[in-house]
Amino acid sequence: MSEMKNIKNLKEFSTSADRFEGANLLCPGCAHSIIVREVLNATNDDLVLSASTGCLEVCTAVYPYTSWDASWIHIGFENGSTAVAGAETMYKALKKKGRLKQPERTPKFVSFAGDGASYDIGFQWISGCMERGHNIMHIVLDNEVYANTGGQRSSSTPIGSSATTSPEGKKSYGEKINKKDMMTIMAAHGIPYAAQVSPNKWKDMVKKIQHGFAVEGPVFINAVSPCTTEWKFDPKDTMHIADLATDSLVFPLYEIINGQELNITYRPKNVVPVEEYLAAQGRFKHLFKDEYKYLIKEWQDRVDEKWAYLQRREEARV
Amino acid sequence: MAFDKMELKDIEVWDGNYAAAQAMRQAQVDVVAAYPITPSTPIVEGYAKFLADGYIEGEFVMVESEHAAMSACIGAAAAGGRVATATSSQGLALMSETLYQASGMRLPIVLNLVNRALASPLNVNGDHSDMYMIRDSGWIQFDAFCPQEAYDLNLIAFKVSEDHDIRLPAIVNQDGFMTSHTAQGVKTLSDDAAYGFVGEYKPMNDMLDFEHPVTHGVQTEEDWHFEHKARQHNDLMTKVMPKIQTVFKDFEKLTGRKYTPVEKYDMDDADVCVVCLGTSVETAREVATEMRAKGIKAGVIGLRVIRPFPFFEIAEALKNVKAIAALDRSSPNGAAGMLFNEIAGALFNTGTKALLSGFVYGLGGRDLTKAHLVALFNELQANADAGKVTTKLQQFIGVRGPKLAFL
Repeated sequence: MSEMKNIKNLKEFSTSADRFEGANLLCPGCAHSIIVREVLNATNDDLVLSASTGCLEVCTAVYPYTSWDASWIHIGFENGSTAVAGAETMYKALKKKGRLKQPERTPKFVSFAGDGASYDIGFQWISGCMERGHNIMHIVLDNEVYANTGGQRSSSTPIGSSATTSPEGKKSYGEKINKKDMMTIMAAHGIPYAAQVSPNKWKDMVKKIQHGFAVEGPVFINAVSPCTTEWKFDPKDTMHIADLATDSLVFPLYEIINGQELNITYRPKNVVPVEEYLAAQGRFKHLFKDEYKYLIKEWQDRVDEKWAYLQRREEARV
Repeated sequence: MAFDKMELKDIEVWDGNYAAAQAMRQAQVDVVAAYPITPSTPIVEGYAKFLADGYIEGEFVMVESEHAAMSACIGAAAAGGRVATATSSQGLALMSETLYQASGMRLPIVLNLVNRALASPLNVNGDHSDMYMIRDSGWIQFDAFCPQEAYDLNLIAFKVSEDHDIRLPAIVNQDGFMTSHTAQGVKTLSDDAAYGFVGEYKPMNDMLDFEHPVTHGVQTEEDWHFEHKARQHNDLMTKVMPKIQTVFKDFEKLTGRKYTPVEKYDMDDADVCVVCLGTSVETAREVATEMRAKGIKAGVIGLRVIRPFPFFEIAEALKNVKAIAALDRSSPNGAAGMLFNEIAGALFNTGTKALLSGFVYGLGGRDLTKAHLVALFNELQANADAGKVTTKLQQFIGVRGPKLAFL
């Protein structure tokens, strides 16, 4: 029988047994480790995990050490989803053949990957896994940039952000292309569950992860992961930045069930202006020059439009 | 067991693809993840059909690319079970990144590589460009010259690859179309005998053993990477060939069919010799016999094991030969051919006086005819008589236009 954890508060959470060790090389203030702990702490079931090449991978499995007290695999940059799908396929085969060593267990198969490994180079592999219906969960640690290689733009990098390959300069405001809408694309596969989560709203996240573990079939989770190094904020402010992301609705929290039933899962009581979210991060600093202030207005309009769109979909149950 | 056994005749008429698929069925492969590509596709179609008909209990995943196929094979192998797939040419090129990862992670996987030319220009026919491209990828590589050998070597490959002292993936090569689509008589084993030979899969460091969590595919930089690579090479150089020899002997005991890393034909007293791969070996053997009738002491060497390269075995086999032709069915694109270089390396320091010349042939499925080989043996005899290579060191066989020769 599947066993989900029932953690009631942060104090309980902080003392819950970890299968992801604090001994890792991630930056102080990195949201990746927080998200991973929140995900792993959602269940007592066994885990088969993968990481695509990226910050999480290079910081948690440097030979002869490992931060993982669960089965874990890394192959390459693009194929972490398929690695776990392969393991899940073997699980099905051995189950059928009666050759599982612990047949009573109900393992969960989870793939962690950055936005580069998900939105860009691993896009096809993830789409294949979603389409084929593997019983896996793919989680994007979305820090909107190739952080592990030093801050190049990905297709998740938002307009106006200064990245090393789309830098702001005398004649440029930085990234020119809007962030790819990965949630809509993944939900369009008709998968049983897709959701956006944020580490500051951990109860919302745990609820969604547990929902994802409970359904049969592929699950897509997009987790915003504020990056102290590339977003340029103080490491102690990670949760504050996450709060601004969710409360400005730049990163709305919602879920899509079976590709069609959209539910908004968090409605901020006081919506924060997008400007505050942008102002808190060095990557948007140049937008506050007079000539680029129109971009902040455009940002706000885009966020408002998206929020209205999500509400329309929720109301229409589509 | 929840699958049906298949009654086979002692000799079935199978092409190389079906022979490989039958071996995969008899080995009861747990997971096949694959993507179709000519001319290897019928192998995985065969597995899928056996599954659909209840002759296998396993899982077949038709993924969205060859890269994903090998990625899923790696995940499945790390999970802890028997894994196989098939590909050719562009498919192999696309999965080449993951081939290094599979071997570096020490995962036993059997890959049927149905040899085909590499684009551009696009071509679906047989040559050895794909085989050559990944020769440094850390996989064990066998070469089948005909459907019978494709069947036998598949069974052998599982047994070598999955051995706990070895734990390296293995490729079984066969020539696209010439072997893969040409039906011949294939002597079979019963399902029980074949499975008995391959044996049950014994997992090691399996991710599905939840009492013993493992970390696969770690990061190593300058402090450990070299040791890992050196250890893998060490095992290929010292452990794999003895294991292959043992398994070849076991297979001979079971079937009477004898395999050796270097397959020698009429080499005992040969003055001139052709070294080649794939179906060309059989053609060369036939021509060598005919040359003997004309008074030329001709012999043939076919490489059964390409990696690890049988360095000393091939030097030993060639030590008394006067003139050797190394036939490469792949464009070296700016160098001598792979076989030419490997043989030259094996012979250097041996005190041999053998004359070595190289030939590039058969690209994109161009036929190597008996007439080509007759001319080649005559040329080797001329070299032997003259005591020197009388031509350029590298020549092209069977290409239209002005004669090409280099070096």
